[in-house]
Amino acid sequence: MSLDEATVARIARLARIATTDEERERLAGELSGILDWVEQLGDVDTESVEPMTGAIEMPLKSREDTVTDGGVAEDIARNAPRYAQGFLVVPKTVE
Amino acid sequence: MAATIEGATGVWEYAIGLEVHAQIVSNAKLFSGASTAFGAEPNANVSPIDAGMPGMLPVINMACIEQAVKTGLAIDGAVNAHSVFDRKNYFYPDLPQGYQISQYKQPVVSGGHLEIELEDGGTRRIGVERLHVEQDAGKSLHDRDPSSSHVDLNRSGVGLMEIVSHPDLRSPEEAATYVRKLRTILRYAGTCDGNMQEGSLRVDVNVSVRRPGGALGVRCEIKNLNSIRFLRRAIEVEASRQVGVLEAGGEIEQETRLFDVGRNVTRPMRGKEEAHDYRYFPDPDLPPLRLDRAWIDRIAASMPELPDARRARFMRDYGLSAYDAGVLVAEKENADFYEAAAEGRDKKLAANWVISELFGQLNKAGRTVDESPVGAAALGELIDLVADGAISGRIAKDVFAWMFETGKGAAAIVEEKGLRQVTDAGAIGAEIDGVMEREAAKVAEYRAGKHKLFGFFVGQVMRASGGKANPKAVNDILRAKLGG
Amino acid sequence: MSEPTDLTIAEARDLLAAGELSSRELTEAQIGAMEAGRGLNAYITETPEIALDMAEASDRRRSGGEAGKLEGIPVAIKDLFCTRGVPTTAGSRILDGFVPFYESTVTANMFAEGAVMLGKTNLDEFAMGSANLTSYYGAAINPWRARGDDRERVPGGSSGGSASAVAGRMALGATGTDTGGSIRQPAAFCGVVGLKPTYGRCSRWGVVAFASSLDQAGPMARSVRDAAIMLGAMAGHDPRDSTSADMPVPDFEEDIDAGVKGMRIGIPREYRVDGVPGEIEALWRRGVRWLEEQGAAAVEIGLPHTKYALPAYYVVAPAEASSNLARYDGVKYGLRVESDDLTAMYEQTRAQGFGAEVKRRVLIGAYVLSAGYYDAYYLKAQKVRARIADDFREAWRTVDAILTPATPSAAFRADDPPADPVAMYLNDIFTVPVNLAGLPGLSVPAGLTHDGLPLGLQVVGKAFDEATVLRVGRAIEAAAGFDARPAGR
Repeated sequence: MSLDEATVARIARLARIATTDEERERLAGELSGILDWVEQLGDVDTESVEPMTGAIEMPLKSREDTVTDGGVAEDIARNAPRYAQGFLVVPKTVE
Repeated sequence: MAATIEGATGVWEYAIGLEVHAQIVSNAKLFSGASTAFGAEPNANVSPIDAGMPGMLPVINMACIEQAVKTGLAIDGAVNAHSVFDRKNYFYPDLPQGYQISQYKQPVVSGGHLEIELEDGGTRRIGVERLHVEQDAGKSLHDRDPSSSHVDLNRSGVGLMEIVSHPDLRSPEEAATYVRKLRTILRYAGTCDGNMQEGSLRVDVNVSVRRPGGALGVRCEIKNLNSIRFLRRAIEVEASRQVGVLEAGGEIEQETRLFDVGRNVTRPMRGKEEAHDYRYFPDPDLPPLRLDRAWIDRIAASMPELPDARRARFMRDYGLSAYDAGVLVAEKENADFYEAAAEGRDKKLAANWVISELFGQLNKAGRTVDESPVGAAALGELIDLVADGAISGRIAKDVFAWMFETGKGAAAIVEEKGLRQVTDAGAIGAEIDGVMEREAAKVAEYRAGKHKLFGFFVGQVMRASGGKANPKAVNDILRAKLGG
Repeated sequence: MSEPTDLTIAEARDLLAAGELSSRELTEAQIGAMEAGRGLNAYITETPEIALDMAEASDRRRSGGEAGKLEGIPVAIKDLFCTRGVPTTAGSRILDGFVPFYESTVTANMFAEGAVMLGKTNLDEFAMGSANLTSYYGAAINPWRARGDDRERVPGGSSGGSASAVAGRMALGATGTDTGGSIRQPAAFCGVVGLKPTYGRCSRWGVVAFASSLDQAGPMARSVRDAAIMLGAMAGHDPRDSTSADMPVPDFEEDIDAGVKGMRIGIPREYRVDGVPGEIEALWRRGVRWLEEQGAAAVEIGLPHTKYALPAYYVVAPAEASSNLARYDGVKYGLRVESDDLTAMYEQTRAQGFGAEVKRRVLIGAYVLSAGYYDAYYLKAQKVRARIADDFREAWRTVDAILTPATPSAAFRADDPPADPVAMYLNDIFTVPVNLAGLPGLSVPAGLTHDGLPLGLQVVGKAFDEATVLRVGRAIEAAAGFDARPAGR
């Protein structure tokens, strides 16, 4: 499976990572190498095998429907790169 | 109620499917212990989980799942014993984790349907494809600053039910009726407050058009409609846009569009060149959701009465017309009010009072039944005064208007204004004698055979009594005296 | 009494209990060693003031008759665990300036048992790496040197700072996390003991996530007993982690010396891999012999899907990571590269905030989950994973534990790492299958290479049977008599 630079550009956009031409060229090679190596999974017979999504089977746990958390706006504000009047501030995102 | 669109080249039909996002009624969020309360200070109801802080993990609030199961049962859906939470990956400032926890391939409820009442009195069954549970995002505010947007995460992580219909709806009106009906069911089930203004109920609509009987056309999705009026308008505008494109020989591109209320058009969402690729995969932080059959059965056994059942009961047990029953059950509070007011009384009479007098006054005042100055017990007292013959129905309407205005009780107003009906035969006879004396000529005409003058005499007597005379007594005594 | 910094946790515990040593004295000695060992770049953040406060509080508790499992023991914390009020970097620039306002469950558990925090240790960025070369804060260095070769060696990764700190006597023990070998491989490279517990044994709450279905915290220490003591303090059910196991936590130390007599030890034939140095094969055979000499029976077993573990891992782990790392977007915390345009802000923040290896894995992960590739890669890998787990399940029908080499090589030179990503990934060839199956795995130092670098053996056990793993590990430790010391600092 060979991955071209256009595909690298597409997934880099999906992952919101800026890349330069040189990076895309290098990444196309590296990622293709990794994917080529991963191809060998095709040799494994997985007919009627259920995919494993968790390491250990366990029942789902749950929480009570009671308010036990919140009130950390100040802590959030302290960590935020930009914060004003109680809000996180980001570049304009108008639709 | 199916509507058609008259194009330049002929007739087109609507095919409409709805995705309704209904906020689950719960104290805490779907995966965190933060409050769901509306209207808090920005970022006050946020836990580190809802803010996407590093290392934070979701733990499910089963009360939210119970609400989804209830809703699923209310629309006759199949509750799946095994369902899965997936991550839907995309970047947006109000999505702090960089993904939304949702259900993709294995929702908690599959299938279902609801009956919508048509204008012609009939009903139509609209299929529901699925109901799944997911997290709400935060809120981005764009009008606080010219160059930046402000993000409030209070909604982030609140539990939502997404209820997806089949493309079974055939007109903007049907779509509106569907949303109203679904909202009614949700409110009866107590699983969503249905408040569209606060965003507790939001609608995305898929619209396509086709030639009558033809295959489904390519659809466009219009996102985030927050009123039924806009929903209807958006569908109309989008369908006629599509007809225009198709009749000009063009093709409809499957895309997401926004409804521009001001300009009354739909337009493509910005940045559509980036085809969405949500990269769904099972959330490794959450094992599959396995529901015990006995648990589901217990919920089924504890379901409240739903609107269709209540409507049927009102018709069957109370003898109400389909129309009246439908009007009463549309809002749970109205039906509750009616049942309280009608308790131990004539059900039809009570229905008339609630529908014509109470709803009429409420409408004029722009109030809901919960804000009515006349409570169910007070209305019941008024109905009793009429039934007992203490006041006439005519007077009662005036009394009701006074009650609505002043909040006073019916009996108090009747006493205060001296409106109690006169049933004493002597007193009524005296009034009749007075009238017969004044109108001797008409009495003679009557006695000569002009019997249609009877109504005239009744009116005169009633006026003379200030409307308080008991009409039946007036009739009886008058007939006897005129006949004499 | 030997130098306090040379003590094992068990020895220190006894001296503290006997009143022959205070936590304050021990902590001061450790702080001195930490400062003296700065050349190894094992710590990203040193917290000596916090350590002394905690030590004094511990001494007060002890004089009041209270003593937890790690009472007064100075430890290092991998900088992937969120620590309240102390910067937590995950070895990444993107968490620049982030100070958690919450404490991870594992560190909270340890502190509740009396542990003293010396600081936060270096690691590969977001725990992605096998050499600690990807840290934004610079490489951590292995205190070991090859005989006659003074050039720096990598400590392994991703818990390289923790391994270096424990081996270099800069902490009595340290926490690590292990997604594909990140505790066991650096433990082997640095000649210390490292235990990856069963998935779900230690809470992941408050640990910066790499690959959620694989990540597991565990102890790194200078003896098997110390690892057992630490695990007892770290483990436990956490209602805040949906994947935390609601299982009783046994006294892991209790039966540690019970021996291996009568045990059946599996020797998987698929772990004999081309290109692995003969001395590693020889060490493995020696390990088998040690266990046989103590009464265990060696049984050759098959784990037929072993060779597919690494490629499956390099689909599953990046996929989960690509999603887990989406939250680092410049909006809520950490680095932000300002721009008027939202997408540019995201893309520049993440381009400058993440290093090359993290970007590589995030991109691979986004790719294998993207439309049209999900079934071919992600779903396929999760099915292969199921077969790998089945291999182990099959093995448990005949054996009690499995013995393998920990790594396919000893610590390599920092200036000469494997050339391409895949070659680097092969470091985890023996450890990754254990993560995929969610099982406990222990790396025990068992010998030296011809040029004097440490080598480890790996013991793998059944789910939640860390007790047996520790017992087997202790038997190897006793037989190996590993007492070599690193030269470098």
